[in-house]
Amino acid sequence: MSTFNIDTVENASTTPDTELPWAELGLKQDEYSRIVEILGRRPTAAELAMYSVMWSEHCSYKSSKVHLRQFGEKVTEEMTKDLMVGIGENAGVTDLGDGWAVTFKIESHNHPSYVEPYQGAATGIGGIVRDIISMGARPVAVMDPLRFGDIDHPDTQRVLPGVVSGIGGYGNSLGLPNIGGEVVFDSVYQQNPLVNALAVGVLKHEDLRLARADGVGNKVVLFGARTGGDGIGGASVLASESFDDTKPSKRPAVQVGDPFAEKVLIECCLELFGSELVEGIQDLGAAGISCATSELASNGEGGMHVELTNVLLRDPTLTPGEILMSESQERMMAVVTPQNAEAFEAVMSKWDVEYSWLGEVTGTGRLIIEWDGETIVDVDPRTVAHDGPVYERPYHRPAWQDDLQADSFRASEEGQHLPSTAEELGGAVVELMSSPNMADKSWITDQYDRFVGGNTALSAPDDSGVIRVDEETGLGVGLATDCNARYAYLDPYAGAQLALAEAYRNVATAGAVPMAVSDCLNFGSPEDPEIMWQFAEAIRGLADGCQTLGIPVTGGNVSLYNQTAGRAIHPTPVVGVLGRFDDVARRTPSGFQRWADGQAIYLLGTTRDELDGSEFARLRGHLGGHPPQVDLAAEKTLGEILINASRDGMIDAAHDLSEGGLVAGLAEMSLRFGVGSRISVDALCERDGVDVFTALFSESQARALVALPRSEELRFTDMTTARGFPALRLGVVDAVSGGIEVAGDFDGGSFGIGLDELKEAWSATIPARFGAGSAGGETPLGSRPADAGHHA
Amino acid sequence: MPTILVEVMPKPEILDPQGKAIANALPHLGFTGFSGVRQGKRFELTVEGEVTEEILDSARTAAAEMLSNPVIEDVVSVTVAEDL
Repeated sequence: MSTFNIDTVENASTTPDTELPWAELGLKQDEYSRIVEILGRRPTAAELAMYSVMWSEHCSYKSSKVHLRQFGEKVTEEMTKDLMVGIGENAGVTDLGDGWAVTFKIESHNHPSYVEPYQGAATGIGGIVRDIISMGARPVAVMDPLRFGDIDHPDTQRVLPGVVSGIGGYGNSLGLPNIGGEVVFDSVYQQNPLVNALAVGVLKHEDLRLARADGVGNKVVLFGARTGGDGIGGASVLASESFDDTKPSKRPAVQVGDPFAEKVLIECCLELFGSELVEGIQDLGAAGISCATSELASNGEGGMHVELTNVLLRDPTLTPGEILMSESQERMMAVVTPQNAEAFEAVMSKWDVEYSWLGEVTGTGRLIIEWDGETIVDVDPRTVAHDGPVYERPYHRPAWQDDLQADSFRASEEGQHLPSTAEELGGAVVELMSSPNMADKSWITDQYDRFVGGNTALSAPDDSGVIRVDEETGLGVGLATDCNARYAYLDPYAGAQLALAEAYRNVATAGAVPMAVSDCLNFGSPEDPEIMWQFAEAIRGLADGCQTLGIPVTGGNVSLYNQTAGRAIHPTPVVGVLGRFDDVARRTPSGFQRWADGQAIYLLGTTRDELDGSEFARLRGHLGGHPPQVDLAAEKTLGEILINASRDGMIDAAHDLSEGGLVAGLAEMSLRFGVGSRISVDALCERDGVDVFTALFSESQARALVALPRSEELRFTDMTTARGFPALRLGVVDAVSGGIEVAGDFDGGSFGIGLDELKEAWSATIPARFGAGSAGGETPLGSRPADAGHHA
Repeated sequence: MPTILVEVMPKPEILDPQGKAIANALPHLGFTGFSGVRQGKRFELTVEGEVTEEILDSARTAAAEMLSNPVIEDVVSVTVAEDL
């Protein structure tokens, strides 16, 4: 302990001129000046560590705050009637009825997953699951929206297998089903893969817990894993406070997770909640103890007194600043009354979880941290946690945006000579379905346990993941995450709304009533006014869209600086929508059933000539023009139709139309259970005034395909007519033919594709790149899990 | 036949969940007196004939780039053992 030259508050007051490495810790000159102004003296090394991490973009949302406010402002009473906890807590909480509540949130773990794919993705799951626990909920499922570079790029070859096995390795070990997500390949994500993680948890109303340190005299406890030197990153420059030359010169910026420790932590926390032994609780993620102490204190009575030498360490050489910044995984901080301390300790010892009492809640309004009795931090916790810098970053519409939007696919060179004969159209379908983004993702999703727990009603590749919450009543939730970043690149405002619309539609397609939104906003550098414009537009679009659809944003995450060498990712506002089922037994699956031979296939919605930004345009290497038209009123009506049809048992399959258009939707419904289909697009072309190619490949929104028994046709079309929503009978489910047949007014009159041929092409793309094995396949260079234990 | 031994350990500041699990198990099974465990791995690269400086260099490169994950592991040693 004595190897440090401890920089106390007293020392800071008497040595005002000591140079501190604030710039190396990422603070700007004016930010540092503000810290000095707040404290009325120079900060101590430990205070500097706290301010620097808490005022970072990641923790303070300093660039995004002014825009994110819209999620709280653009709300109606309808939107908040079921909202129990909104933005600002660890995760939003929504009332599900029958005394149940649900909490969910998406977060990014992009950069760590690029540096160390396996551990980065694994600890991404660990972090979001702890957010859910800290609300008092039992985590019940996870989902992962992923984006990688071009499928053939070496970077993708290195990152993808590690990320996928990291997600599986951590999530499967926790016993949490992974019920969906996305996998998108696009060269814009080379060197900037996006690894977003969503977790959902359920709780009874009375179990709700918040991150507040209330009750003067209550005790503060840190429990779970020990604190080590992982994830400290920039704090290494604070080594100037150390005399010891033997300590590692560079602290790693990555963390290694331990899912089995987290599993114990989950059960241990749930017992603490059940026995009402904690007053407030906070998980430790980014910024570690700095974040937990300052947030708990400022959300509660406002004061806290902590003795930092009480923290149990894995590495005794850590300095106070490093302890405050460490991002060691699987740790929680709680506030416990002195009366409950003994019972708390009994729970810890039952689960074999290490803990240490750090200090207590005070009414002083100050967060005091001592090191061996000497004060090293004396701050107003609000200045650390909430009053960080706020930037009104300049933004403007990029000059190139107009040219981009003027470059429509139809007018482009790539958009000429579109498929028009039976042979060309059939060939285009196979090419589309075997392209990386449309291809079968089961090589990836098979590495995740989708059914553990026995409550999974639907999972990938269905439209939504569906989880049963109450085994007695069948009450449950449906969840979908979506974002077409190509649309968002063409028009960030519309693109964000289209992401929202698609997730909303997916949830409704499965039969759930959409209730709440969580978002993960992945963008480039906010210091670039053009990126900042994309960001501002996307938030404005999302907030307006949520208001129109009447569902609130309950939480989320912002990930900025996703760019390398001046090249930013496409704006990628991933939107997760959560919906409610009265009974998950009423869910609508996405595939045609074998027993459903002869059922009618209906197309809901209107098809327009909307090929800009489409998957077909991607096949031709084109990106320009305007994304499909946003029609949220139509999305709402379509949602009502799909939900009612599911509730009343009218339909046996439903699938939303998005990437790849009608023909991709039809192919996916047939491929799901290997059941063929026959359609004609003549009536569609005539009604909507489009050609055959457009009818098949356009990506017009607010559309879905459904299959229903002939006995329900009249009731179903009465419902769509009453709502004034277009519904058109395209054809039938054909369980005998073993193929997809499309007839229309084109050269040849019809084309057919055998499902065997289509399935082979569709399912070969991903394994061909990443090895034919499923879970536990080859692990490429650099992404080898440290603890794989293959080497006896 | 000579063998090149490569030893790899998790970086000291990185969590080693396997080592932790073993450390917890030791006292339960009656092995006391150990305050910590870290688990690494050892590779045995067999060489036909003599171990030249060239082959040793190649082993060092393989150790740094393929046998270990430099982000979270250190190559502790690359040595030659004549008789195993």
